[in-house]
Amino acid sequence: MFSYYCNLALRSFKRNKVLTALMVLAIALGIGASMTTLTVFYVLSGDPMPGRSHTLFHPQLDMEGMNGYLKGEEPQIQLSRFDAETLLREKRGDLQAMMTGGSVSITPQKAELVPFIAEARYTTAEMFPMFQVPMLHGGAWSAADDEAHARVAVISKSLNQKLFGGASSVGKTLRIEDADVTIVGVLDDWRPSPKFYDVFAQRGYGETEDVYLPFSTSRDLKLGRSGNMDCWGDTSGQETDVNAPCAWIQYWVQLDTPEKVDAYRQYLMNYSDQQRAAGRFERPTNIRLRNVMEWLDFHRIVPSDVTMQVYLAFAFLGVCLLNTIGLLLAKFLRRSSELGVRRALGATRNAIFQQCMIEAGAIGIAGGVLGLGLAWLGLWGVRQQPVDYADLAHLNTSMLLATFAIAVTASLLAGLLPAFRAMQITPAMQLKAQ
Amino acid sequence: MEFRPILSTLSRHKTAAALIVLEIAIACAIICNAMFLIGGRITQISEVSGVADEELLRVQLTGIGDDPNPDATTRSDLAVLRALPGVKDATVLNQVPFGRSSWNSGVRIQKDQQRSSLNATVYMSEEGFMGTTGLTLVAGRAFEPGEYVDFSELRKPGVAGEVPVAIITRSMGEALFPGESPVGKSFYSWGENPTRIVGVVDHLVRPNAQGGPPAREHTMIFPLRPTYDVGGNYLVRTDPTRRAEVLAAAIKALRANPPQRIVREDRSMSLSDIRREYHQQSRSMAWLLGAVILALLVVTSLGIIGLASFWVEQRTRQIGVRRALGATRGQILRYFQVENFLLATTGIVLGMLLAFGINQLLMEKYELPRLPWYYLPIGAVVLWVLGQLAVLWPARRAAAVPPAIATRSA
Repeated sequence: MFSYYCNLALRSFKRNKVLTALMVLAIALGIGASMTTLTVFYVLSGDPMPGRSHTLFHPQLDMEGMNGYLKGEEPQIQLSRFDAETLLREKRGDLQAMMTGGSVSITPQKAELVPFIAEARYTTAEMFPMFQVPMLHGGAWSAADDEAHARVAVISKSLNQKLFGGASSVGKTLRIEDADVTIVGVLDDWRPSPKFYDVFAQRGYGETEDVYLPFSTSRDLKLGRSGNMDCWGDTSGQETDVNAPCAWIQYWVQLDTPEKVDAYRQYLMNYSDQQRAAGRFERPTNIRLRNVMEWLDFHRIVPSDVTMQVYLAFAFLGVCLLNTIGLLLAKFLRRSSELGVRRALGATRNAIFQQCMIEAGAIGIAGGVLGLGLAWLGLWGVRQQPVDYADLAHLNTSMLLATFAIAVTASLLAGLLPAFRAMQITPAMQLKAQ
Repeated sequence: MEFRPILSTLSRHKTAAALIVLEIAIACAIICNAMFLIGGRITQISEVSGVADEELLRVQLTGIGDDPNPDATTRSDLAVLRALPGVKDATVLNQVPFGRSSWNSGVRIQKDQQRSSLNATVYMSEEGFMGTTGLTLVAGRAFEPGEYVDFSELRKPGVAGEVPVAIITRSMGEALFPGESPVGKSFYSWGENPTRIVGVVDHLVRPNAQGGPPAREHTMIFPLRPTYDVGGNYLVRTDPTRRAEVLAAAIKALRANPPQRIVREDRSMSLSDIRREYHQQSRSMAWLLGAVILALLVVTSLGIIGLASFWVEQRTRQIGVRRALGATRGQILRYFQVENFLLATTGIVLGMLLAFGINQLLMEKYELPRLPWYYLPIGAVVLWVLGQLAVLWPARRAAAVPPAIATRSA
């Protein structure tokens, strides 16, 4: 029966080529727009640390003086250097690291290369195991290196390629500003997206840094920092000093069990109380401890334009479907006499309904294929945009399957009403009119 | 024209009529809101920066290691730049309009005020600032030569970082002292002592969108000479036609001027290019919205054509009968046109209600302003015209039905 209905659907398409093409085109346009925007949204709202994001936490403390205090207000989004160093020393999480971004000049040893600027991250040893950063050669530095202000560095795969032609550079020297550091590790490809650990750096989806240095070393070398900094007291021009009243350090801690999360929260509260007793903090204890996804949600990391485009595309798909419902209705009812004859020859209502739904589903599949092409074209367009997430906008398998699922479901939904109307055609009326 | 026969026909095709009305309503609602969003983006893109966009070049550079005397290097750089052929003037800045990276500070009117009145961005300036940027003073005066101080002096330990005088924008003046002239008034921002406003410029935008549209020009200018290692922005003013040549010359000259530093060629470009990049997102969004409007119009008109031709085909006999009874071609044509007008009008009325509903959601979710009323008549006219154009082809086919068809059996 199924193949017979398919055959009937094919005949019907042939009879009304223009109308069929219009329906397929409408569905394809709607699907293409929806899938383009949905893919971008899916990529941008993804989990940067799959399987681990719920164990990585970002603590916040209310470190400011009473000036401008408003009860319940969000505390500083980053930590001061003093507090970050204290939390790091006290080591209450499973793993922890303090970090900030910056950029450094690199003078290559190869004479044919001119000095250039590289993005850098000044961090502490446990960042690498905590974020499970993949290593191509060598490894991370140790906590002892952090203590010793060791002149060591980890570099990215692309920088290794540029400076050393891809061969392992472990043990080689890198000239940063006017100091020499020894390369201890080379990263493999690593691109957590969103770049959750420093969402202010590049609107959140940029490439990871090329050079990683111990935080302590970066301070010795007085390397330039970048990113968000907020100060609330007299800094005397020394904003990066240990005691400066400035928040500029990103701090991450890994807490493997819910009990540990509770204990850490309590620890942060006790810490705030202590600091207030010591006269450093003035405000009532007000802490935050968000995991990666909560942190990204809080910062509304997905650009509002992207969510707006998703709504817009689905509203457009809705209009396309309404359009398809109308056209299918016209198509089926135009064939009233044919359907009447089939009914009179013994086809059940159910059979008519099935026949119509198969026709609708076939239009959906055709629309899906064409829509997929349009989505591919749309994503190509997104990749041409100068946005930091441009290179991430690709269709993946789940989105591919979703495209077809949405296209077929949508067209079947659109077919429901017209098919229902068609199956109610009474054989007698149609035969009489003839 | 008789409406009654049209209405009674439509009442016998409720489903199809309802579908087309709904389609028009949703299209109308989306189109009104999309046009409104496009309007907002165009306002953003065409904002007045306050500086001579078309005549300015930005050259960015970074030092290698520590420069023992960045003030001297900066002075020498500026001298080199100003001596280049084609250069009208040059200056050094801590930040540039549309450059994204910015310096900001809270501003209070009273010294002991608990919370800041507003947050403003800080442009640091040296003697060539006003001449290079082309800012327009609308009140007060520019800085006097004796008022400029090296920023590095302020950062020396034990020096209170104070700024006795400043120039602000008109927008910031209105926010701080509504309805009054801000010249001569004081505010508190850096350090403990007040900063007196000596001049007001017409416009000067922030480097980024911090604070949203109302704070776009909450900008102040301090007479503090920055050095190249504070932001590293040199701004060069030249003739718009000579920009490429002067940019290349400026990069070359700075490379040759010791100590060796790194010119960031990827960030050294004309200010109009920086501005274009800054607005790229808005421009793409406007085009995208425009494409959606167009696609909606196409799809909606296809729906109208499809349904109207179906109706024409279905009613061929009735049309033949009407023609045989004396109806003119024009009357048949008008019948379908009026029918479409009625459907479109119902859709538009529903669509306007829906447009306000969608706008309400956008206001809550994206902090957008209320949809101005004048977008509604525009949307209505667009859809009426679209409906009439779309129905023309099926209606003409209906008008072409010969009266003789009434005499034949279906």
